[in-house]
Amino acid sequence: MNPGILVSSHHDSGIFELLTKGRELAKQLGLNISALVFGNVNDKKAQQYFEYGAQEVVAIPNIDPSGLDAETYSHALFELTKGNGPDIVLIGSSKLGKETAGRVAQKLQAGCVTDAIGLSTKESALVIERYSLGGNTVSTETIKTKKKVVSITPRTFEANPAPATGKVTTIDLKPPSRRLQVVERRKKAGEAVSIESAENLVCVGQGIGKKEDLAMINEFCTALKAELGCTRALSSDFHWLSEDRMVGISGKRCKPKLHVSVGISGQIQHTVGIMTSKLIVAINKDKEAPILKIADYSIVGDLYQVIPKLTERIKSGGP
Amino acid sequence: MSEDSLNIIVCMKQVVDLQQIRIKRDTREPVLEGLPVLFGDMDKNALEEAVRIKEKHGAKVTVVSVGSAKLKETVLEALAMGADDASIIIDPACDGSDPATTALVLAEAVGKIGSYELILVGEGSADNYSGQTGSRLAEILGIPQITYVRELSVQGNTVTAVRDMEDALEVVKTNMPLAISVTSEINKPRRAPLTQILRASRKPLNVWSLEDLGMTPDRLGSAASGIQVISNVAPEQERKGIIFEGEVDEAIAKLVDALRKEGAVS
Repeated sequence: MNPGILVSSHHDSGIFELLTKGRELAKQLGLNISALVFGNVNDKKAQQYFEYGAQEVVAIPNIDPSGLDAETYSHALFELTKGNGPDIVLIGSSKLGKETAGRVAQKLQAGCVTDAIGLSTKESALVIERYSLGGNTVSTETIKTKKKVVSITPRTFEANPAPATGKVTTIDLKPPSRRLQVVERRKKAGEAVSIESAENLVCVGQGIGKKEDLAMINEFCTALKAELGCTRALSSDFHWLSEDRMVGISGKRCKPKLHVSVGISGQIQHTVGIMTSKLIVAINKDKEAPILKIADYSIVGDLYQVIPKLTERIKSGGP
Repeated sequence: MSEDSLNIIVCMKQVVDLQQIRIKRDTREPVLEGLPVLFGDMDKNALEEAVRIKEKHGAKVTVVSVGSAKLKETVLEALAMGADDASIIIDPACDGSDPATTALVLAEAVGKIGSYELILVGEGSADNYSGQTGSRLAEILGIPQITYVRELSVQGNTVTAVRDMEDALEVVKTNMPLAISVTSEINKPRRAPLTQILRASRKPLNVWSLEDLGMTPDRLGSAASGIQVISNVAPEQERKGIIFEGEVDEAIAKLVDALRKEGAVS
């Protein structure tokens, strides 16, 4: 296996995103780049990884990608990267990936940054950005240890293929014996919303007085062709909306073209999840609310007056 | 093992009150001096869960934390919430620690405390939310870890946990000893009553230095950290900041007009 950068994610989309960014970094740092793939890799699949940037695909056929756990995942990464293996490990920061990052970093005695939101190079160093102080700041960091582990927030980078070829290396690696027994896997009751990929996103917060009032917001979403997201309070505390709609540091990170924030004061733990929206509109009765400071356009007013009228106006398409 | 002999260690992190951080206009640096310090919300979820296990099965709950001298006061809230005792590590050599060095100190402290069946942490710290410290600690101690736990039950030597993953809930079983990280959904931490806060200062509190743990400063702090922070500043905001106030119909008309010009609505 070539020294350089090793990319991994348990979702192909994550591998493609990281390979696209990784091939740019590899070029700047003068390193090789490979992708770790669990299970069998046929020619057609391998070709895909090559086109997103992998010079080499490292396949581990005897580890089943479905039901992968952090102990197995980190064991595999450690076996591939220890000693003369790749020095830089880029991992898709799903919950599994994030846990794995910490574990493999400890095995490698490596410095590690999780939930990265930016990667670049400066004078042959890998430069990493991540949120710090609860999202108040962005910390720009480098890793001093020889081995470096970074987990990257999903959808941070776009996946772009380009014609390329490479080679497949198959590795015989036994998974470690499992210490955790998964007795049941319950698919989450599926509204199956994917607010992260929504073009338009409306988020609601505690300015909404009662659950029934969400009907008014739903109508607004329909008019805007928007998905609905919310703050932690509305999902975790009040259970008015499912947790897959929660936006923020412990929820989803979204970058819609249009984001409308309704009745949300704008605590940093929430706004981290909408900071990269192209356009932000806030509707809030409090002119001092922090959300107004990060909005392009704001209406200071009672959302119960504003939303129905705004809905009508957008629906009618008139002046 | 009888359930009465359960020993639970809860690792907590003292952070500045993140809601009160101001940003300097010129340098965009955060102002942290003089801010109140407290334990993070998810750290309190971890402690609450330990206290609930204690109330149900009988257990001894020990809080461990690494931090500044203020920790002596901060830890009183944890003791008032129901921890039986606490061991805090205060040493200037720990300044500038990262998750790797903090996990090393915690591992030594756990070793000094002695026996444990469960180690509980929050899913991530309130300030950095890196989620590494618990995982690294589990690796150092060589014990399994169940992460992102939102439901927990203990029966004899077996722990059953419901893990909250992106698209599914996983029911996971294993035997103790074991590390667990909890999400904020697991419980609603109690507020310590005033009487308990007054009594908390009488509970056993160990204040340790690195020397007490048999550690030398060269393994710790910013010098030993694997991370070099180049800068830590508030992100630039290039937002328009246009505010429509006053008469609602007029404000809406102006907003819709602006959004049409942006091409954001048809």
